[in-house]
Amino acid sequence: MADPVISVDSLTVQYGDHRVLNGVSLDIQPGEVMALLGGSGSGKTTMLRHIIGLERPTSGTVRIRGVDINRCSPKELKDIRCTMGVAFQECALFNSMSIEENVSLPLRELTNLADPVIEIMTYMKLVAVGLGQAAKQMPQELSGGMKKRAAVARATALDPEILVFDEPSAGLDPIVAAGLDEVILALKRAFHMTILVVTHELASAFRVADRLALLYQGSLVDVGTKDEFRASTHPRIRQFLDRVPDPIAEGTAVRDHFLELAGMAGGRK
Amino acid sequence: MNVLEATGDAAIRGLGYIGELTIQFWSGLCVSPHVLPIIGKHGRWRAAVRQMAVIGVDALPMVGIMSVCAGFILAMQTGAELRRFGALQYVMDVVAVGFTRELGPLLTAFVVSGRSGSAFSAEIGTMVVTSEIDALRTMALDPIEFVLAPKYVATMIMIPCLTIMSNAFGILAGAGFMYISTKITLGMYLRYIFNSIELRDVVTGLLKSLVFAAIIVNVGCLEGFRTRGGPDAVGRSATSAVVWSTFLVILADVFFTAIFYLLHQV
Repeated sequence: MADPVISVDSLTVQYGDHRVLNGVSLDIQPGEVMALLGGSGSGKTTMLRHIIGLERPTSGTVRIRGVDINRCSPKELKDIRCTMGVAFQECALFNSMSIEENVSLPLRELTNLADPVIEIMTYMKLVAVGLGQAAKQMPQELSGGMKKRAAVARATALDPEILVFDEPSAGLDPIVAAGLDEVILALKRAFHMTILVVTHELASAFRVADRLALLYQGSLVDVGTKDEFRASTHPRIRQFLDRVPDPIAEGTAVRDHFLELAGMAGGRK
Repeated sequence: MNVLEATGDAAIRGLGYIGELTIQFWSGLCVSPHVLPIIGKHGRWRAAVRQMAVIGVDALPMVGIMSVCAGFILAMQTGAELRRFGALQYVMDVVAVGFTRELGPLLTAFVVSGRSGSAFSAEIGTMVVTSEIDALRTMALDPIEFVLAPKYVATMIMIPCLTIMSNAFGILAGAGFMYISTKITLGMYLRYIFNSIELRDVVTGLLKSLVFAAIIVNVGCLEGFRTRGGPDAVGRSATSAVVWSTFLVILADVFFTAIFYLLHQV
């Protein structure tokens, strides 16, 4: 097996007394699409922020192509970031810039390409995500799905080796979300990128991923292929796949909980 | 928590804040040449020019009106007292020296702090909560260079310019008062003013305005970068930016006035 592109080893993150990640280890192979699954508050966005080097862990390491991003020099970190594209959940497009300017920003700032070349490359990136006609529009003029695609176009501007998506389908209708899944698959096919998708959308994860990893309360429950996940008998994986809710409180049914909230504990008064 | 612990805690937080400000000031200073024309990065100076228009040109009417009002008030208040001693002509000295040394830089700093300091904080705070700052970092772009530096250069250039305009408006307001009260013409008034103002007064005023500019831009941007949470946190950061920058401007004013006073005595 080739050396992993992303290697997370015993990653522990603690804020005060609250431990968010508890010794998580995960390897992502070159050209692989990994879906990091988990419910709200499971720590998947925290893990993503550590993988892309936005935060320092309490302990453990994150290596990108063998380089520990928390102990490398600023120059090495910059080089790593130049080979990594990130599409944030909130899209994070710069509202003062048009879509075209957003996508061309990394090209203008980090390359010495001539303006006409940058314009052509920007247009190609926008066409690849179906936004060729929206180049001159401002982010606030776009729909949620278009913003997500613009964020993908910007993330791919420098043809990164690694692409990271934070909740790409969040807030999108099923049709637009499916379209975005196809964009991810097309990028994988065309550029053989290593892709990490952080999501809780099962349909999307099973559509795009080669392997899946499930986080639960800061710990990695399991890592495996789609078939392995479907066949798994692990209670947490089954709960997640079968959409079984957690009990709201120990020994309390949902109906009783709401009655309690309404001040009607013990049944109707 | 007893009083001693609370005082110590506040002192540590205050020193930490000053430390963060100093680090950001130095970082901003190091990357500022990148937004200058010719020596800077491709086209980055345009962002600084846009900021200059917002910080300087757009603030001019407010600075002008406030300076005229303050000049007129100063002239009337001092005139009322000096008239009793038959020394009404000294109103011109008070207005000229008062504005060039103190009121011009201070009024300008307050206006820019209220308008632009809070705007810097709100803009950067919004960028933080919408992950735009994170996006810059993941694109290997330094937020200090990309976001702070244009504001830094623009503020450091425009506040001294606005201070000169404030001085002019304040002194002209004094001319209005003198004309109304003693029928001194504008020509005579200006001749008297030019004789009474020393270059040292103007230079110390402008030096102070540079310090105030550094405080306003750094506090505004730091409050923005420190924003955590949602939209309500952006509002709190903007308020905090105005409060802290006004407080630090006053402290810096006392400090530099004392230094200039002592230097004048030597």
